[in-house]
Amino acid sequence: MFNYPKKLKYTETHEWVKKENDIYIIGISDYAQDALGDIVFVNLPEVDDEVFVQESFGDVESVKAVSDLFSPVTGVVCEVNEDLLDNPALLNDDCYANWLIKVEDVSETDEFLDADSYREFCESQG
Amino acid sequence: MELKTPLYDVHLQENGKIVPFAGYLLPVQYPTGVIKEHLAVREDCGLFDVSHMGIITFKGKSALASLNYILTNDFTNMKTGKVRYTVMCNENGGCIDDLIVYKFADDYYFLVVNAANRHKDYQHMKENILEGTTIEDISDDIAILALQGPKSAAVISKLLPLEHIPTGNYSAIEEVYISDMKCMISTTGYTGEEGYEIYTASENAVKLWQVLRETGKEFNLIPCGLGARDTLRLEASMPLYGHEMNEEITPLEAGLDFAVKMKKEDFIGKKALLEKGEPKIKRVGLKMLDRGIMRENQNVYLNDNLIGYTTSGTHLPYLKKALAMALIDKDYSKLQTVVEVDVRGRKLKAEIIELPFYSRNK
Repeated sequence: MFNYPKKLKYTETHEWVKKENDIYIIGISDYAQDALGDIVFVNLPEVDDEVFVQESFGDVESVKAVSDLFSPVTGVVCEVNEDLLDNPALLNDDCYANWLIKVEDVSETDEFLDADSYREFCESQG
Repeated sequence: MELKTPLYDVHLQENGKIVPFAGYLLPVQYPTGVIKEHLAVREDCGLFDVSHMGIITFKGKSALASLNYILTNDFTNMKTGKVRYTVMCNENGGCIDDLIVYKFADDYYFLVVNAANRHKDYQHMKENILEGTTIEDISDDIAILALQGPKSAAVISKLLPLEHIPTGNYSAIEEVYISDMKCMISTTGYTGEEGYEIYTASENAVKLWQVLRETGKEFNLIPCGLGARDTLRLEASMPLYGHEMNEEITPLEAGLDFAVKMKKEDFIGKKALLEKGEPKIKRVGLKMLDRGIMRENQNVYLNDNLIGYTTSGTHLPYLKKALAMALIDKDYSKLQTVVEVDVRGRKLKAEIIELPFYSRNK
């Protein structure tokens, strides 16, 4: 029932990652946006902030709940999707087109899952 | 083990997202989502399964005297066919629960209590009823559907003759027939919107849901879950047991003095409330000034001094604002005061504003 694009990598904390040249683009998965429900607030770092593997770099809030965003990589934020700050519901509309941050100078990455493994992981979460 | 309401299978068919709540498995939302469900109730109408609520009947010659002794409100001059909100206090003046009382005869009252408190309420009532009162927990026999929103009256008028539709706030008719199903209907709810709550035997629940769903179609009725129920009541600034009140908080502190009749001869908790005197804390509204969303149980500061905590909070869909209710030191509760709320480690500015946040009569 959820969409798991093949061209992306995923984490067990439900972020997706796409590598373009040396830049890592990070977003949240379809499973994550559905579990959160209507998203009403996104808190993101600023350009030049450092992020660290498996550490929180911001949060997403729905009407129901708050969820931390965990960084799949260690590096420096080089771009932030400002559109989300004004219109967080974009994450519900299309969580793959609407990335959160782009990270450069990446020195460490998490263990990524491919689309099939991530799908299995989500299905095992019930 | 979690219980299921008689509508559990219907919620699955409606693709509701099921969560455990107060011992029951209930839909937190349907595929439409909390925001659309919330807006449907403000603008058109929505349908809720609230069958998890507890129902306890009071019968007998001394039923009225028992209620007046156990509950904080005064039921002496209540008319048959009316409904009244009340609190039930412990000896220390703390809230055991809040509930509504229906009067169907001088010797027959029908109480609707919070699902999570049902058993402790019954126990407390049983220990304190006067001779000549019998009480019964009939929760499992009855299903309750809440039809809420400005178009509720249009839906109901397709199903009932005018003389069987209660009018005015907090009124009830004990016996009406919707598609041949015996129902009790009242102008009550927990959304701040006009609407009805309809009670029927559990075996009728599925059919009643279907009838209301079908009839409501032309009025844009959609099913609504617990998520919208909570955001709607918060927007209307209605207290929720376990949040704005509990056994340590008195109804006066929670701002429920309208339901506490101190002039009444005696009731459980009266002595403690008198001894405590004027409450030192107050329930207030908070409006977020910075970017962020307040949630429950976050500390509230004024000039770095802790003055209280939030009891409920989220982003409210109709008002489109991050708002919260809080219990704070009364001395610092003046409207327009700017306080700081500890939102997960960040101290964000919020302003004290008037309650209710939303009122349909405004």
